[in-house]
This record gives sequence, structure tokens and C-alpha cells, in this order.
Amino acid sequence: MSAPAPSMHTPQAKAMAEKLGLKMGRANLEEFAETLLLMAKANRNILAVTSDSRGSGKLGPFAQALPDQIVELGIAEQNLVGVAAGLASAGKTVYAVSPACFLTSRALEQIKNDVAYSDHPVKLIGISAGVSYGALGSTHHSLHDLAVLRAVNNIDIVVPGDNFETQEVIRQSVDRPIPIYIRFGKAPLYDLNAPTTIFELGKSITLRDGKDIAFIATGESVTHAVLAAGALAESGVSSRVISMHTVKPLDTQAILKAGRACRAIVTVEEHSIFGGLGEACAAVLMQAGISIPFQIAAFPDEHTVTGSQADIFRHYGISMEGLAQRAQTLLRLDSR
Amino acid sequence: MNLSDRELALKSIAYRRSMLRWIKHAGAGHTGGGLSCIDILNVLYHRILRVSPESFADPNRDRYIQSKGHCVEALYVVLADRGFFPEEKLHTLCQYDSPFVGHPTRAVPGIEHNTGALGHGLSVAVGAAIAGKKDRRDFRVYVLIGDGELAEGSNWEAAMAAAHYSLDNLIAIVDHNTLQISGRTRDVCNNEPLDEKFRAFGWQVQTVDGHNFNELTAALAPSDDIRTPRMIIANTTKGKGISFMEDAAKWHHGVPTDAQYVAAMRELDDALVSMAKSAGAAR
Repeated sequence: MSAPAPSMHTPQAKAMAEKLGLKMGRANLEEFAETLLLMAKANRNILAVTSDSRGSGKLGPFAQALPDQIVELGIAEQNLVGVAAGLASAGKTVYAVSPACFLTSRALEQIKNDVAYSDHPVKLIGISAGVSYGALGSTHHSLHDLAVLRAVNNIDIVVPGDNFETQEVIRQSVDRPIPIYIRFGKAPLYDLNAPTTIFELGKSITLRDGKDIAFIATGESVTHAVLAAGALAESGVSSRVISMHTVKPLDTQAILKAGRACRAIVTVEEHSIFGGLGEACAAVLMQAGISIPFQIAAFPDEHTVTGSQADIFRHYGISMEGLAQRAQTLLRLDSR
Repeated sequence: MNLSDRELALKSIAYRRSMLRWIKHAGAGHTGGGLSCIDILNVLYHRILRVSPESFADPNRDRYIQSKGHCVEALYVVLADRGFFPEEKLHTLCQYDSPFVGHPTRAVPGIEHNTGALGHGLSVAVGAAIAGKKDRRDFRVYVLIGDGELAEGSNWEAAMAAAHYSLDNLIAIVDHNTLQISGRTRDVCNNEPLDEKFRAFGWQVQTVDGHNFNELTAALAPSDDIRTPRMIIANTTKGKGISFMEDAAKWHHGVPTDAQYVAAMRELDDALVSMAKSAGAAR
């Protein structure tokens, strides 16, 4: 586990990032941990609640600086979420931090009943989400979390695409009166947003405008869509890239606009093809009577291929090359 | 607000009448467990809990979480009697668009937490108790758990955490009626001995007669000497107070027929009469 993670990008993709002027930031996980520590220093009501996950959550410095503001519950995710709800019921501002895979399956009933149904505004932080744990295998992957939580009412879902979006959602989550699930990974990411961007929960960010293909992406896959858009531009294809950081409530206007303005849509997410961003977008388009070539780039209904996060992304075509190719195929369909 | 044993006994009879009335009216409810825990609720809401309709938004109020949410009818009639809402509202019990559903929800005044799925209340109580410690508030958190419910593993996660954090502001009560929906808890999947288990988890454990007001009061009262979470194992009888419902698993969510309803109400009337007689004899 201590070996450096293989790069998420081919040399060609790295060259494209350079050409687009993208700078490598850090892992969203690190951005989260530092932001939370800053906020908690200024607000003693903030608590981090962990299930033996302070190390995985990069909360070591938090625990050291603010020992009274971390509640450790051991390897017990159901209790983690129940206790978080109880703390919130008594007025605490609670960040429950645990690997997304355990948090959203082991403790799903607690999320549904004690947080969402009971309306206690806990902030659930799913760390090392998707296939971040890569080679550790499917027990450690969360490719179901968006689907199951989309079907639970009274909870927002946010999957930030870069450090900026991570910092913004963490800051804005503090005073939100309803529960929220925020999930991200631990791989370093390119900075995609200018620091002056206006970030609003529930409002997507159009990172690049275009009229041929629209990539609607969320989380760590947004980078790959941005790079694919750069590659497609070299062959004269104009791409729109939307960072759909908030999966619920969904920015339906941006989806409809893309469906009307572009010739085809590819959705991109580090999630199962079922029940995630892709199906959500498809439902929005279909119910509005918009029918254009459309594909969901996500993980198929099979035992996930083994390997690092980078291997798995490449295998399923969530890469600059894979997404560009998918877009070309869709656009050929459109021109027939 | 502290009522005498006799006043509590009268209330318990009235609560049993109300519970059966509303369950019969709704055609649904958890009769057996409601009757087993009603005396516990009676003592909690009249002698122990520092909570009232006026103080319900006060961050210093005592909390009561009913983890065995299915016995909500017992809680409804006690909350109504304590003035949280008019009892007539129970006309809508289990009906379209009513807040009075078959398990507790915060849509009903006086209810702290939505329960129904078992094994949730203790964790939430632990969270509230930790918050009380962090904020140096002196409220206490009470949680009522079913003995069958203790098969849910999350209870034991919460029990560990409660002891780890020395939550002496947390008092859990097991409604130990030894029955669950399929039969005797020890036959379904034995979780006894509960007292030894909780002691091994670092709790102070006390076993009481769950229908004896004095024993309940003594066990539930605050104690400055105890520095751990407390577990009160209240030995109760499922269906208590109605002879043909007592200690029978089939009354878990049995709704009385018309004849059974009349017979049950007559038994409760008889109980009132014999109370009056014994009071007369004592004079």
C-alpha cells in the first residue's frame, strides 16, 4: 500500500494537461482534512467523528490540534452514523468520516433512518470513494453509493471534481440544515476551477463550452473529460464539459441545455452504470423529450477488473483516450 | 409533578385503557409490548424526565428515545396526558396524512428521534450523551430497548462506546418481557444473560420489577456515585394488565376483537374497583 500510486494519466494525457495549462493540485482528501481543521479551529461546535479512520481520513493533525473535537468510535460504522445523528440532535455540527464503501453500505439503515428520516443534518464524508482503494478489491470499492443514496430522501449528494470544489462544499456544508453526503478520493487531481469561480450546491459548473459533444461528469472523472475535450479539439470537435459536482439535487437546467445545444452526451462517473449520474441525466433528458446519442461512461455490471485505480479507470475507458473515442463514436452515430 | 404510587397506578390503568381504545380504533398497534412498557413510561414521564411541552426546545432538557419504536401507542398516550398534544388527535392514528404513524417520528410533539427499525436508539442516545458531556450540560439521556431488539449487533457497538466514554448521563432500560414476535427470546436466538453481558461491557446493571413504581423510580433516579452508563433490566410481562393477553407472543401486534375489547376494558374497570376497595380498607 505504501508504493506510489501509478499515475492516472498516460504521457499523452499529461502533455494535454500541460497544453491546457492545468496545474496538478493535491488529493481532495487532503484538501478536505485541512479545510475541516481550519473551520473547526474557528468553530468549537464542529466535531469530526471517525471509525478508526482518522489515518485514512488524514485527520491526524486534526486529532492532535483539537483532541476535544474528534470522537473516535472504533471499527463500527453503524454506531458511527447513529452517534453522529445523536450528536447532531443535540446541536453539534458533525462530520462523520469513514471510507465510502463501509459508510454507505454497512451503515445504510442508520443513514436512512437516523440521519435522513430523522432530519439530523449530519455531514457524511465518504473517503477513498469509488475505486480509490483500487487493488484492495471490491470490498473496498464504493460503486453503489450514489445509487442507494439518490433513492433516500432528504439528503444531498456532492462529488467534488477538484480541490476548489472540495473546499467550497466543505465550507458551505457547515450551516446547511439538511443532511449531506460528500464523497471523494485520494489521488492528486488537476485544478480545474479558477479560484474566483462561484460555487453553488445544486448548480453545476461549465468548465468548457462547446456544441458537438457534452461531457457531464462528476468527481475525479471530470479531469478525464476535460482532457478528452482538449484531445477532441485537435480533431475539430467542440466539447462542453460540465462538472456536475452535486448529484442531488441535480442541476436539470444544465442537462437540458446541453441536450438542446449539443449533438451527443457522454456522462462520466466513478460509479456503477446503474443508478448514478448517467441514469439521472438520461431520465431528465427523456422526460423532456430530448433524444440525442447518449452514453454512460461508468463501471459495468460485472466483477470489477483488478488493479490500481488508474488500471481500473483505463480498463473501462474513463481516461482521456477512452472518452475521446467514445465521443467520436457517438458523433458518427449522430451524423448517419 | 411527582405523583404518589396510587396516582401512578391510576394513571397506568387509564393509559392501558387509552392504548387499547386507540389500537382498537385504528385496527392496528403493538398491544403486548405497549402493555409491558407502559409502567416504565409512566414512571419516566411523572418522576424522572425533566421535560415538558414548554421545555421541549430547551437544550438542557432530558432526552427520552424509544428504541423499541413499535410500542409507540404507549408513548402516544403518555405524551398526550403530559400535554404534548390533545389525546383526541389519536383519532388519526395510522390514518392518511396523520403524523401519528405506527412508529415514533419527530412530527409528533415530544418525540426526539424517529425509530422503528430496531437497534438504532442506543447509538443515537450515545451521541446525545456525548454532546451533553462536550457542552457541559447536565441533561440525561434515557433510552428504552426491547429484549428481542438486543439481537441487533449495533446495540453492542453502542454499548462499547458508551462505556468507553464513561457516559454516566446515559440510562438504558430493557423492557425484558422475554417474548418477541416469534416466541420466547431465549428460544428464537438466546441473548441471555443480559445482565452479565452488559456488566462485561462495562455498564452498571440493575434488575428491577418493571411494573413496580418504587423499584423503577429508585433505579431510574440520577446517581452521583455511578461513573458508567447504566442499564436497568426491567422484568416485565408482555400484555400486562389484561389476563388473556399476558405472556403470549401472539399479542405482539394483536388487535382485540369486539368481545376481547369489552372483556379487556372490564378487567381494567375491575382493577380500578379493587384499587378503590383496598384504599377503603386501608382507611
